[in-house]
Amino acid sequence: MDILLFGAFPYVAVVVFFIGTIWRYQTGFKYSSLSSQFLETKKLFLSSVPFHVGILVILTGHFIGFLFPSWFTSAGGGGIISFETITLAFGLSAIAGLIFLMIRRFQNERIMTVTTKMDILIEFVLLVQFGLGIWIAIELRWGSQWYAAVMVPYLRSIFTLDPNISAVSAMPVAVQLHVIGAFLFILLIPFTRLVHFLVAPFHYITRPYQIVRWYWDKKAIRDTNTPWTTTRPKHL
Amino acid sequence: MDIRSQMSMVFHLDKCIGCHTCTVACKNIWTDREGAEYMWWNNVETKPGTGYPTKWEDQEIYKGGWEKHSSGNIALKGAGKRKGLLNIFYNPALPTIDDYYEPFTYKYLDLIESPQQDVQPVARPVSLITGKPIDIKMGPNWDDDLSGTPDFARKDPNLANLSAAEQEAMFQLERMAFFYLPRICNHCLNPACVASCPSGAIYKRGEDGVVLIDQSVCRGWRMCVTACPYKKTYYNWSTGKSEKCLLCFPRIEVGEAPACMHSCVGRIRYLGVMLYDADKIEQVASSNEKDLIKNQIDMYLDPHDPEVIAAAKANGIADSTLRAAQNSPIYKFVKEWKIALPLHAEFRTLPNLFYVPPMLPVMAMVGEQKGDSPKLHSVAKNWDDKWLYDTSLDEIFGTIDNMRFPLKYMANLFGAGDEKLLAEKLKKLMAIRIYRRHITVGDISAEKSAAALANVNLTADEAEAIYKMTSLPKFNERFVIPAAHREQALEMIEATEEVKGNTGFGFTEPPVRGL
Repeated sequence: MDILLFGAFPYVAVVVFFIGTIWRYQTGFKYSSLSSQFLETKKLFLSSVPFHVGILVILTGHFIGFLFPSWFTSAGGGGIISFETITLAFGLSAIAGLIFLMIRRFQNERIMTVTTKMDILIEFVLLVQFGLGIWIAIELRWGSQWYAAVMVPYLRSIFTLDPNISAVSAMPVAVQLHVIGAFLFILLIPFTRLVHFLVAPFHYITRPYQIVRWYWDKKAIRDTNTPWTTTRPKHL
Repeated sequence: MDIRSQMSMVFHLDKCIGCHTCTVACKNIWTDREGAEYMWWNNVETKPGTGYPTKWEDQEIYKGGWEKHSSGNIALKGAGKRKGLLNIFYNPALPTIDDYYEPFTYKYLDLIESPQQDVQPVARPVSLITGKPIDIKMGPNWDDDLSGTPDFARKDPNLANLSAAEQEAMFQLERMAFFYLPRICNHCLNPACVASCPSGAIYKRGEDGVVLIDQSVCRGWRMCVTACPYKKTYYNWSTGKSEKCLLCFPRIEVGEAPACMHSCVGRIRYLGVMLYDADKIEQVASSNEKDLIKNQIDMYLDPHDPEVIAAAKANGIADSTLRAAQNSPIYKFVKEWKIALPLHAEFRTLPNLFYVPPMLPVMAMVGEQKGDSPKLHSVAKNWDDKWLYDTSLDEIFGTIDNMRFPLKYMANLFGAGDEKLLAEKLKKLMAIRIYRRHITVGDISAEKSAAALANVNLTADEAEAIYKMTSLPKFNERFVIPAAHREQALEMIEATEEVKGNTGFGFTEPPVRGL
């Protein structure tokens, strides 16, 4: 059972994520953040902002721990305590934001009309995941230490295609559920509105403000030496 | 010099009768769908009035357009790289559905299927979003013809710098006037929507300057809705994508006029090509407020100038487009005759929709006459009050100084606050009326007509041409649309032999909301 959940399921999740994401990206029209701010804006500020800021900081923390575990294993006691307190605050901010978002969704008829089953599913998955994460952070201290020491080797073993599940099978149930939840989250990304973070518009920072698209290059058409078929616009 | 061609428009406001045929034509073709019910890519507003969405001109509320900073550079007021990305989880300046109105229909079937009863059955209004019964608070064009009303006309943002006395005078029952302001997307030269889009989904077409939203790239970040100061980009709450007026480009490409223009009953709309120098966009958009309109109009180039023609050809502009530019009614109204002005140039987007300002609020003075005034008809001795609409032209431009709307109000709309500029255009229009009245009615002397024309630097030939283009234009004079050379364009985009027998080109996905 452990082999299935911690050895096989991560691969299923990642493969489904990649294939699903490519499929989803190709259906360009359905690819959107599906914002509901246009239908209700007052309650959104105190829910969307804490949720997004919280989840982004927490996810970044997990990634940094995964990439540079030595930063945490070598950190001193004071540093660990303040680090964990700060991340716990962001975790609480994320779960509070999520709960506000869910209350907003279920209370507002307009938003319920633009709610899909996947929206509700992913919100409950995230709620459980956040709840477990916070419970782990409080009850199983100090997470940043044993995450770097125990979980990172397991996650890295998955990436090197040599899953070593002995460490994770010995972990408390809450941690095991948190791991399964994480891969379930990855699996669900292409089938939910979560896809929008994959197209976070960072390219906006460097692009010029105005965009002009030319459908065909008239200069090239006028040039009799160039056949039309070689002058297709680059974006097509 | 980087010469480009731009589809531009003129709306002649004196001819607009406010029939909303344009609006209905547009609605039937483009926005009669779920999520788009509330959108009116073309709408006709009554001025003074709050418009659609309510008070859209007040950028302190909506944060649209560009603003000039003390450094001399312009930046988006409510969006842009820093503001847009920082506010991506929550856009504080996004209008919501209630700023437009909640779309509704009525349960008409209840009228037919009602059982026999003592009272008349009622068709209750239901929301087109939730399907549940609602109390309608606002609807499309609910300010129609309601000049003077406290909820609409008196909240017009253009009244902001008018004194209380001026506003009171404007809305006196006997003096009250209004005119219609039809609006579509301006397909600006410096579009704020394009600049605000984090995804880069909005673009200006190089060939004809139409501004479009790429539906497969739009991710629903909603910044364009904030950035457009004319509020002509709309968020489709159902599909999670933004949409806007596309100047009926599938029609333009085959030489047809856009639906709103084609269907216009008053024939107020003109469409044609303007050539402009794209290198000057940023510089012109950053002009001082008082020079904005002048600099924008100077930016459009003379399509008869051999140098311009050579530069345009070098830039790949087709001969057919050049010919269209030479016959463009827009060029005549804006550059030759100089009687058309952009709406709210102070938003700095360099809009390509120009308006010939209306004479209606100018034409007739109204004043209380003495009981024995010779101007009053003999019947007037029976009247309690002796108000008179004076349409006589005894003093040539007297009515402009005593117009029923303060000139300041009109200048806020069309002159970026410049009253002199507006008076100049109105005088021209008035001079042409005097000239035509001399010819058709004959109660104005030739000397007086000539003096009026001379006063505004118009020749009789020009006056005649303006009159003809205003009153008697043929379809092909109103709409001068160059060939789009779609046959070439298609071969650039698709290998035609590969899609032979298919239904069409380009976007063929059904517009369905994502998961």
